[in-house]
Amino acid sequence: MADRIRLRVGRYRPETESELHFQDYEVPFDKEWVVLDGLNYVKDRLDGTLSFRWSCRMGVCGSCGMTVNGEPKLTCATFLSDYAPGPVTVAPLRNFPVIRDLIVDLGDFMQKLVRVKPWIVREVEKPLAEGEYLQTPDELDEYKQFSMCINCMLCYAACPIYGLDPKFIGPAAIALAQRYNLDNRDQGAQDRMDVLSEHDGIWGCTFVGECTKVCPKHVDPAGAIQRYKLDAALASIKAYFMPRGV
Amino acid sequence: MLQPHAHSDGKPHVYTAYHPRWLRHHTSTYWWLQKRSYFAFILRELSCLFVAWFAVYLLMLVRAIGRGEAAYQDFLAWSASAPVLLLNLVSFGFIVYHAITFFMAAPQAIVVHIGGRRVASGLVGGAHYLAWMVVSAVVAWLLLGAR
Amino acid sequence: MTPSHDLVLVGGGGAGLRAAIAIADANPALNVAVVSKVYPMRSHTVSAEGGAAGVIAPGDSFDEHAFDTIAGGDWMSDQDAVEVFVREAPEELLRMEHWGCPWNREPNGRIAVRPFGGMKRERTWFAADKTGFHMLHTLFQTSLKYTGITRYDEWFVTRLLVDDGRVQGVVALDLMSGKIEAITAGAVILCTGGCGKVFPFTTNAAIKNGDGMALAYRAGASLKDMEFVQYHPTGLPFTGILITEAARAEGGFLINKDGYRYLQDYDLGTPQPHPVLKSMELGPRDRLSQAFMQELAKGRTIDTPHGPVVHLDLRHLGGKKVDAKIPFVRELCRKYQNLDPVTDLIPVRPVVHYMMGGIHTDIHGATSVPGLYAAGECACVSINGANRLGSNSLPELLVFGARAGRAAAEYAARQPGVNPAVVAQAHDEERRLEHDLLNRKGRERLADLREDMQKTMEESAGIYRTGASLTRGEDQLRRLQERFEDLAIEDGSRTFNTERTMVLELSFMLDVALAIISSARLREESRGAHQRTDFPKRDDERFLAHSLASLQPDNSCRVQYLPVTITRWPPGERVYGEAASHGGSHQAAGGAVPAGDRI
Repeated sequence: MADRIRLRVGRYRPETESELHFQDYEVPFDKEWVVLDGLNYVKDRLDGTLSFRWSCRMGVCGSCGMTVNGEPKLTCATFLSDYAPGPVTVAPLRNFPVIRDLIVDLGDFMQKLVRVKPWIVREVEKPLAEGEYLQTPDELDEYKQFSMCINCMLCYAACPIYGLDPKFIGPAAIALAQRYNLDNRDQGAQDRMDVLSEHDGIWGCTFVGECTKVCPKHVDPAGAIQRYKLDAALASIKAYFMPRGV
Repeated sequence: MLQPHAHSDGKPHVYTAYHPRWLRHHTSTYWWLQKRSYFAFILRELSCLFVAWFAVYLLMLVRAIGRGEAAYQDFLAWSASAPVLLLNLVSFGFIVYHAITFFMAAPQAIVVHIGGRRVASGLVGGAHYLAWMVVSAVVAWLLLGAR
Repeated sequence: MTPSHDLVLVGGGGAGLRAAIAIADANPALNVAVVSKVYPMRSHTVSAEGGAAGVIAPGDSFDEHAFDTIAGGDWMSDQDAVEVFVREAPEELLRMEHWGCPWNREPNGRIAVRPFGGMKRERTWFAADKTGFHMLHTLFQTSLKYTGITRYDEWFVTRLLVDDGRVQGVVALDLMSGKIEAITAGAVILCTGGCGKVFPFTTNAAIKNGDGMALAYRAGASLKDMEFVQYHPTGLPFTGILITEAARAEGGFLINKDGYRYLQDYDLGTPQPHPVLKSMELGPRDRLSQAFMQELAKGRTIDTPHGPVVHLDLRHLGGKKVDAKIPFVRELCRKYQNLDPVTDLIPVRPVVHYMMGGIHTDIHGATSVPGLYAAGECACVSINGANRLGSNSLPELLVFGARAGRAAAEYAARQPGVNPAVVAQAHDEERRLEHDLLNRKGRERLADLREDMQKTMEESAGIYRTGASLTRGEDQLRRLQERFEDLAIEDGSRTFNTERTMVLELSFMLDVALAIISSARLREESRGAHQRTDFPKRDDERFLAHSLASLQPDNSCRVQYLPVTITRWPPGERVYGEAASHGGSHQAAGGAVPAGDRI
C-alpha cells in the first residue's frame, strides 16, 4: 500500500480571489488517519494558510463538516483509508456561503434555530422544590433520537431544497422543534406550529430523504419532518371542524 | 454577532479590509443529475405523472364501458396499439417504483403506538405490503373469479 | 462605536452559558455579552460523557458527598467551597431538568443515578453517556430565550482591558472579518476551560489552550494549583479519545497483559464480580493512572504501535446493558478502534484530561483583580483539590457559573462606568495583532514549537515527576519562549486567519505551561495527581496549601502559598477498597452496587 495520499483541498481567499479553486497536497497515508488528520498535516507542515474548523475530533462537537469526494462528512470521522489510493477531494460544505477555504457561514441556521423556540415552553413552571417532572424511559425514548443533533449542518448540505431555496427552514431546525414537541415536559407545540406551518417551514420539504442519509448521529430529520406534516395536517383539519379548540 | 447576509451579484468581488466577502454557489438547474440518490428522487416525483395517467386511463375505460359494447371494443383495440401499450408498460414500471418508494418511506413518517409501545418500523412497512397483497388478491378474484 | 455591555463572558461552554442565564435571571435589565472563539455548542463541555453528581438518593447526604470530594482531592480542596458546592449541585441539576435536559430515568419516571469513581454512594445523574453534550445543548438552547444575552460567536479574546486597578473589558478579534475591537464592560467573567493541549496526549479538544488562564495571569491574577493535572485512566491509544468512567461504573474491569485485574496490587481493594463503590476500578483517577505507570515499570502492560496500554474488559456486561448505559462507548470503539467492546477488549491508557488548577477565585467566582471573575475548569475555587472525582466537574460549571454570574452582575451594577481611555489599550493590541502576527518572517515553525512544548511537558511533568525533570522542563520552556520570538507566520490574510489564532493560543499555552512546571517544581511532596518520586510522601506540615503562581515583570513565574481552608474534615488518609467500608466518622457504611439492572 502506498505511504502517501493526495488531498485536493478547496481554497478561497476573499482578499485576493473571487472563486473557489483546488490545491493539491501530498500527505502521509496511515490507516488510522482520518481526513482531519490529513488537513492538520497540511496546515502544520505544508501550508499554514489553510483554514478549517475542528475541535473535538471525536464526532460530537459538529465543527468539522466538509464535503469529501462530493458527500457531506465529518472529517474527524471519515478515514483516509476509505478513499485509498486517492486523491481525496475536500471542499467546503455545500449550500452555505463560503467565508474562506473550508469555512462556511452558519449564520442562517443560527437564526432559524431561534425561530423554532428550541426550549421547554410551559404555561406554568413547576417550582424546583417540587422536584423533577416525571418522565418514564418510554417517554424519554419518544424524543431522544431528535435530541442527538450535534448541529453539524451535514443535513443542510445534503438537502437539495435548501440548496434551491435558502429560505427553507431546514432539517435540523425542524428535528430540534420536534425534539421539544415530543418531550412530555413541553407545552409549546402550538407556538412552534405557527412557525413550522409557514410556506418555508415543513411544507418546503419534499421528502428527498438525503438529510437522514448523511446524518452522522442517526437523528432522522426526514422522519421528524414527515411525522410533523401528519400532525400539522391533522391539526388544521381539527381546527377547521372545531375552531375553538379540542 | 449574527451577521446579515451579503448577496452575491455574480460580479468579481472587490475586497475591502475587515468586511467579509462570502462566496455563494448557485445550485445548478441540473442538480438532480449530480448524484444517484437525487436522480432516484426525481424519478420518484416523476412517477406521480404516471399515476395520474393511470387515473385518466381508468376514467377512459369506465367511459368506454358506459358507452356500450362497441365503444368498449374500440377502447381495447386502441389499448393494444403499440404506443399505448408502451406507455402503459412504462407507467406500470413507474407505478411499482412509486409504490415501493412510498412503502419504504412510510415507516419514517408513520409512527404508531400500541399499548404505550412503539410499533417497529419494519412492521409498519410490512403492513403496507400486506395491504397491497390483500387488495391485489381481492381485485384478482373479482376480475378472474367473476368470469 | 466601541461595543459596550454591562458584562462580558469569555467562553460559551457550560459555565459561560450558565453564568449568562444566571445574570439574565437575576437582573434582566443588564445586557450580557457572551464572547466565544467557537460557536457555543462546539465548546468542550460537549464531550463530557459520564455524568454529574448531586445528592438525591435516599440515604445519601451532603456531608458524604463533601467527604468523598475532599478525600478524593487529597485534602487540597477548600472545604467551605466544597460545602457550598454539594449543597447547590442537586438544585442546579434539577434546574437543568426543568430546562429540558434528558436525564436518564428510573421506570417510575424519577431521575436515575449511577455509581462513579471515588464516590461512596450512587449520586451521579446521567444522560446516557453523553451527559456533557446534553447539558451543553440544553443550556445553549435555553439561553436563546433571553433577549438580554448578545452573542459574539467566533470572536477570539486576545487580552483583558485593565485600567484603574480593575478589569473594564476585553479586546477581541472577529475571526470572520479580522476586525479587532474593544468590548468594554463593568465586569468580565472568564469561562474558557482548561489547557490539556499543553500536553501531547489528551482527551481535550483543539480549543483547550488555557486562553482564560493566560489572560488572567497576564492581567495580574494568580493561577492556583496548576501542578495538579488529571490523567484519566482510560483513553484510546493514538487518538486519546475518552472512554468514560461510566464504563467502569457499569462494571468494566482493567486488566494487564496477563488478564489480571492489577488494581488489587495498589491498595484499591480486592476484585469482586460486580462494581464496589470506592474500590478497584471505581477508585479515584489519580491512583488508577499511577497504577498504570507502575504496571508499565513492571513490564506488565501490552505493547502496541501507539505505546503501552492495558485492557478495559466490558465483555461480561452484554450487548443490552452496553447499548442502554454506554452506547457512545460502543460507537467510539467501533469507529476509532475498529472493535466491538461487547466482544473485544478495549486498549486504554492514561491521558491528560482535566486541570484541577486554574485562576484563583473565591467561592463567589471573584479573582484577586477587581472586575474579573472566573468559573468552570479555567477557575480553581478549589473544590477538586489535588485530584478531581469524576462527575464533579459538570455540576461545578453550573454551581460556580451561576455564582460567578450573580456576583459579577451585582458588582457590575455598582460600577461607575468604563473609562473611555481604556479603548487606547485596544489600539495597542490591534497594532500588535496586525503588524506582529501577520505574514511574519522567522526560522521557527508553529507546529515544531507546539510539539516541543508538548514533549517537554510530557517528559517533565507527567504522572511521575522529579526535581531534575521539572528543572529541565523549566529551562526548555524558557528556551521555547525565546524561540517563539523567531516564529514564522505564513498567513498574511485577515479573513478567518486560523494560523494567527493558533499562534495566540501557543503563546497562551507557553505561559500556562511555565506556571504548571514552576508550581510542580516547588511542591516538594506527593499529593493526589502530583507525584514526585524524589518526595514520595504527602507533607501536610509544609504543603497543606495552594500554590499561587503569578507573572512577574521579568516574565518569570513566582509561586507563593495559600493555606487550604479546612472546616470540618481534618486531613486524613485516603482509603479505598474494603478499608473504605470501615471507620471514618464521616463515612457511612459502604456497600456494593445492587446487582439488579437499572435501565
